[in-house]
Amino acid sequence: MTGAIDTAGPAPATHKRPGRSRAAASDLAKRERRAAYLFLSPNLIGLTVFVAVPMLLSIVLAFFSVDGFGGYTFVGTANFERMVGDPQFIDSLGRTMIYLFVLVPGLFLSGLGLALLVRSQFPLVGLFRTALFAPNVVSLVVVALIWNFLLTDDVGFVAKLLGRLGITAPSWLGDPSYALGTVMVITIWFSMGYYMLIFLAGLQDIPREFYEVASIDGAGPWQTFRNVTWPMLKPTSFFILLTSTIAVMTGGLEMLVILTSGGPANSTTLIVYYVYQQAFVYGEFGYASAIGSIMVLILLAWSALLFALTRGGRFTHAD
Amino acid sequence: MALLTRTEQHTSAAPSQPGQPPGSLVRSAVFWIFLLVLALVFVGPIVWMFLTSIKTNPEATSIPPTILPDNVTFGAYEDLLHVGGSYPVLRWFLNSLVAATLHMLLVLTVASTAAYALARLEFKLRGLFFVVIISTLFVPGFVFLLPNYIIIDRLGWLDTIWALVVPGAAGAFGVFFLRQFFAMLPGELEEAALIDGANQWQIFTRVVLPNSKPALATLAVLSFLSNWNDFIWPIYVLFSPERLTLPAGLRLLQGAYTTDYPVMMAGAFIASVPVLILFLFTQRYVIEGVSRSGLKG
Repeated sequence: MTGAIDTAGPAPATHKRPGRSRAAASDLAKRERRAAYLFLSPNLIGLTVFVAVPMLLSIVLAFFSVDGFGGYTFVGTANFERMVGDPQFIDSLGRTMIYLFVLVPGLFLSGLGLALLVRSQFPLVGLFRTALFAPNVVSLVVVALIWNFLLTDDVGFVAKLLGRLGITAPSWLGDPSYALGTVMVITIWFSMGYYMLIFLAGLQDIPREFYEVASIDGAGPWQTFRNVTWPMLKPTSFFILLTSTIAVMTGGLEMLVILTSGGPANSTTLIVYYVYQQAFVYGEFGYASAIGSIMVLILLAWSALLFALTRGGRFTHAD
Repeated sequence: MALLTRTEQHTSAAPSQPGQPPGSLVRSAVFWIFLLVLALVFVGPIVWMFLTSIKTNPEATSIPPTILPDNVTFGAYEDLLHVGGSYPVLRWFLNSLVAATLHMLLVLTVASTAAYALARLEFKLRGLFFVVIISTLFVPGFVFLLPNYIIIDRLGWLDTIWALVVPGAAGAFGVFFLRQFFAMLPGELEEAALIDGANQWQIFTRVVLPNSKPALATLAVLSFLSNWNDFIWPIYVLFSPERLTLPAGLRLLQGAYTTDYPVMMAGAFIASVPVLILFLFTQRYVIEGVSRSGLKG
């Protein structure tokens, strides 16, 4: 991913002034180097303790069994072997794949659709953008609680609304055949405003002249989209496909904890919930770490595939 | 959010998409109605949360539903907020406020110093450090939950506010975001200060920081929001009821007030008020910051 980022950036200000001796210049450079490491050190210490060490720890833990008293026993690859024979794990993995196949395209298309809808300047456009982004501002727990209430059987707003139209609402969160779909719809509702903003930023980077040329050439709306907007959006699209997959696969735990607790009948036990359950309900830290590392491997494979499909560096930001 | 209804006055304004001729009156009417419905779908549930919180429980579940409460009551808020109530909601509120504020300050400190080094100072490993820091952006935070729990345990920070304040502070996003901003500052200011004999620290605090207020404000708001709204991490690392944050405390309320919808919605609303107010006043920064999270230079 780093290929998409301008690592060089503008050259840092150089402080060499004419008339200085070579020794003084090298002394200045040395002081600058020392200052640089001092400035970097708080972040580096933080990254080491709370990012680098945990990453190593989670890999190491996957080969251990942890008992309730903090005792660690090396178990080799037992945690990984256990996964293969664990139907609940296999089921949750399959469920997560369905979830990904619906949500990644769903969020992509809805985010792009919203962005195209509110990209032009019209009265109150800022207010609309704010409204569409509003769910992102409140906590996911709050979102889950609101929907829990709106979707309550019989007395929830949705059931009452459908009731007035003569439709008997199903038990949105209580029926195993509906629960996962309900969670997906709420997730799209919650997240699409975020992806809208990212797409909007991408759209704003497209030079106006391109549209002027297209309009002089007599291109219709679809042709303009096809030949100008879509190709120019490729870097943004790539970024969204990559990050939304990570977000969908590893996020949304709040919703599952508050709304469904993985149920009914495990129908919303996604892999992220399964790991949570193994680690913090059953205290199976080793097994949970093993599953977590498999998730990271899947995400790495997906990122690599995405890079290969888009020929990697070609989708770099122009700016 | 009530402002949204005012848009009806503007139905005559034709939305003009780039490359498209201005729409007819019918088309623009359809466009506006569609937008209004959409806005209602997004904002409606949040408004509904508030409206429910000032209803009585029978009214909240009445069939047919009432939109505006017949009898406005703040009973749910009194239940939650009175001193000596079943749950220390006010305490949770303060905990959240203190944790999010400290976290924000720490993020600003840690990210701005690192960003300054990466943007304005010359040293051999600059490129390498930048790549390493940025690459951590792409490791899902979820991976860190469990090992960080163990580390926090070793540090003796379980069930303390430090567990909420410190771990996420050394993130890559803030560094990246500020570095892009710092790198764009003109070099002349810095050179003038150097000629005046200023050292790097003085340049950082007197030249770079004062000239970066919009970027710092954006990062401040984003880090406050994310810390305030966090739920999974606090429920992992906090145990004592009086030490919970507000979102984490909502889970206890959910267990206790399963069918008392106004109380639940009041709790959810109290948890949302600070972030909604903050967002209303700083939305330009938030939207700018989130757009930039698309890693644009």
